[in-house]
Amino acid sequence: MTEPLARPKRKNPLKRTRQPLYPQAIRSRTAQGLTAAAAQGRFELQKCAECETVFYPPRDACPKCLSARVPFVPVDNRGMLTVETTIRTSTDPYFRERTPWRAGLTKLDCGPVVLTHLHGDVKEGDRVRLDLKLDKGGAPVFIALPGKDTPHMADDPQLREMTCDPKFRRVLITDGRTAVGQAMAKAFSEAGCNIVFVGIADPWKPFPGQEALARIDRVEIVPLDVTDTESVTELAEQNGGRIDIVVNTAEHVRPGGILGRHGLTVAREEMDIRYFALMRLAQAFGPAMRSRGTDGVNSAAAFVNLLSVHALMNWPQFGAYSAAEAACLSAAQCLRAELRPGGVKVLNAFFGPLDTEWFQTVPPPKVAPSALAKAVVQALQRGLEDIFVGDIAEDVRARLAVNPKALERELSG
Amino acid sequence: MTGAAVRMAYDGIVACVPTTVPYRRFSINTAHWWIGRALHDLTREAGLKPAEIDGLILSSFTLGADSAVGVTQHLGLSPRWLDHVPLGGASGVIGLRRAARAVQAGDARFVACVAADTNHVDSFRKTLSTFSRFAQDAVYPYGSGGANGSFALITKNYMNKYGARREDFGKICVAQRHNALAIPFAMMKKPLTLDEYMSARPIADPLHLFDCVMPCAGAEAFLVCRESDARALGLKPVRLLATIERHNAFTEDTVQERGGWAMDIGELWQMAGVTPDRIDLVQTYDDYPVIVMMQFEDLGFCKKGEGPDFVRSHTFTADGSFPHNTSGGQLSTGQAGAAGGHLGITEAMRQLTDTPIGHRVKDADLAIVSGFGMINYDRGLSSGAAVLARAS
Repeated sequence: MTEPLARPKRKNPLKRTRQPLYPQAIRSRTAQGLTAAAAQGRFELQKCAECETVFYPPRDACPKCLSARVPFVPVDNRGMLTVETTIRTSTDPYFRERTPWRAGLTKLDCGPVVLTHLHGDVKEGDRVRLDLKLDKGGAPVFIALPGKDTPHMADDPQLREMTCDPKFRRVLITDGRTAVGQAMAKAFSEAGCNIVFVGIADPWKPFPGQEALARIDRVEIVPLDVTDTESVTELAEQNGGRIDIVVNTAEHVRPGGILGRHGLTVAREEMDIRYFALMRLAQAFGPAMRSRGTDGVNSAAAFVNLLSVHALMNWPQFGAYSAAEAACLSAAQCLRAELRPGGVKVLNAFFGPLDTEWFQTVPPPKVAPSALAKAVVQALQRGLEDIFVGDIAEDVRARLAVNPKALERELSG
Repeated sequence: MTGAAVRMAYDGIVACVPTTVPYRRFSINTAHWWIGRALHDLTREAGLKPAEIDGLILSSFTLGADSAVGVTQHLGLSPRWLDHVPLGGASGVIGLRRAARAVQAGDARFVACVAADTNHVDSFRKTLSTFSRFAQDAVYPYGSGGANGSFALITKNYMNKYGARREDFGKICVAQRHNALAIPFAMMKKPLTLDEYMSARPIADPLHLFDCVMPCAGAEAFLVCRESDARALGLKPVRLLATIERHNAFTEDTVQERGGWAMDIGELWQMAGVTPDRIDLVQTYDDYPVIVMMQFEDLGFCKKGEGPDFVRSHTFTADGSFPHNTSGGQLSTGQAGAAGGHLGITEAMRQLTDTPIGHRVKDADLAIVSGFGMINYDRGLSSGAAVLARAS
């Protein structure tokens, strides 16, 4: 039985903050196939395309038939924990301050024997499910989970090292005026956040949903205008040390491409509200988050970007908007690299057209703001890096993987 | 393809001049220094000039960017036969058998077999984290327990399956400590009781402190040549009766419970022309006591699963019913990196030539030495064994 997490007490500000450490993250290029699967929450191993042998650790040829066609594919994650150990002495500083640390060999039903981290609710001889996670260093690792869910299992300390669970953490939602921002506030409150800071620019201006937002448990409205560096800096100075998750809900959706627009006014606005706002938020909150990546139960955990899936391939109908989203995606990749040493993840949630007023002319399927919020919370609970929300987003991902050039033509059609 | 080729006997080929550069816990010297010192001592003892060493086979983990050929220039050697054996604890036996064939074929006359490693304060951690690609991808990120973590799993599985108890492993360790107390440079200087073994601090369950070797700096070396050349130099030779080596055996075992020896052991004894009961002393590769127990089984001293009973029914000191790791092994004398696989060879050579450093095994005429190395992912991959005999 997992001991449920206790709500963390207010931290003594005079106490030293534990410096972030992370396990060795170097992997061979082939093993990065596991990184790709873990980032999106898929359980994959290599399977020989010729003789169908499933094997592990990652190799460049099949150990049965020597075929070089050895792609990562989804496989059955069930098996038995054959033998376990508790490591009490480690040469690595990260594990050294976390011992005792359990690990074991799981014999998967599909063949391979995998050395894994162990959830507290599994023991030697148990049937287990393996999950593929990104550890504190962003590197792919396996953990053996109980065959069936157990109470409070997300609170297990080894598992929580690999997730960004909002429970007992403090989240900042940067724009509460939007439908997505309000849906996020509700979802994070329900996920057990200790404080849900919701940024509102010009708080004296009323907005739809204002009263409902204020009634959500543990919501704290804070003044925040993401287009104003001073406003962002001021909030970070006041609360930056106790914000564990940032969800950037600032949006600016305008139809149109390049030739149909006159001048750069709208484009500048797009870049200001999306790309420069991301920079402002990252610069104001990122350094403190990076230094608080292992600061106890409510350590800094994640920076969440909501990105149109058209950041990955331009949609000329919303062409300039797509370009601003692409800029945000590129910045997010940089931010991910910069936050990783602190054990803080960057989650990019790629969504299809939202069911909001700015996508009024777009036919369904569309994504409800509540669905996007739910997907983001679930992704943090699982510790993912990239998710695709809604049918359009999934469709774009699938087409992109097969033939990007075809997708370019299809979107311009 | 059917039918194995008949193996040629090692007639007239001997090993001589067992050389040990006394171990140290930490050293600021490089592996090159330890290799140089071993070759210096070996050539001086053999009465050879360095230039007369025309074959060199080297094992080391800590040479940095260098391999054996870089070492030739570093040390001013110009061999006509050169090999580098990166097989960890199997390097000793495998180096011996390669050298023997080189001399037998006339490719070299005097082959120096050298293993040496330094041990800087941080080199153990660095070696662990970059040991192999599988270790980097699939082992080190899981608690970074190093070999201790991997062998803890092998030990636990063996205990579960075959009923070995910690006391059985302790008996092996305690006897080796007794043997090591007569070795002046052994890392471990104090006697060890079974109670102390049992109550030592846990490292990775079920392994405790005295199940683990002490990494150190040191070098081991010996010379392989024709018996006639050894006699001419006035050296005491040891004959080589048989050898085996095997890599990545028994991949079907979920957890390692046998080494490659089990695949080839019949051939070893057949080639040697003796049976296990004729053996006077046994030098196993003792990185962890469970591997010792597996070797008792896989080398043919008892059947698979009988290791625990075998241990309970024997004593393992130099004067015991089953003299084993008579210079203390790696568990008590220390693991000088790759030299750990040569330690048993030099000790067996000394016992078979009546020149032990520590306790003497009485009437020692036949010895078996085995090597084991390279835990790449979940199991040791390389194994080897050699039967050595007193040259009458």
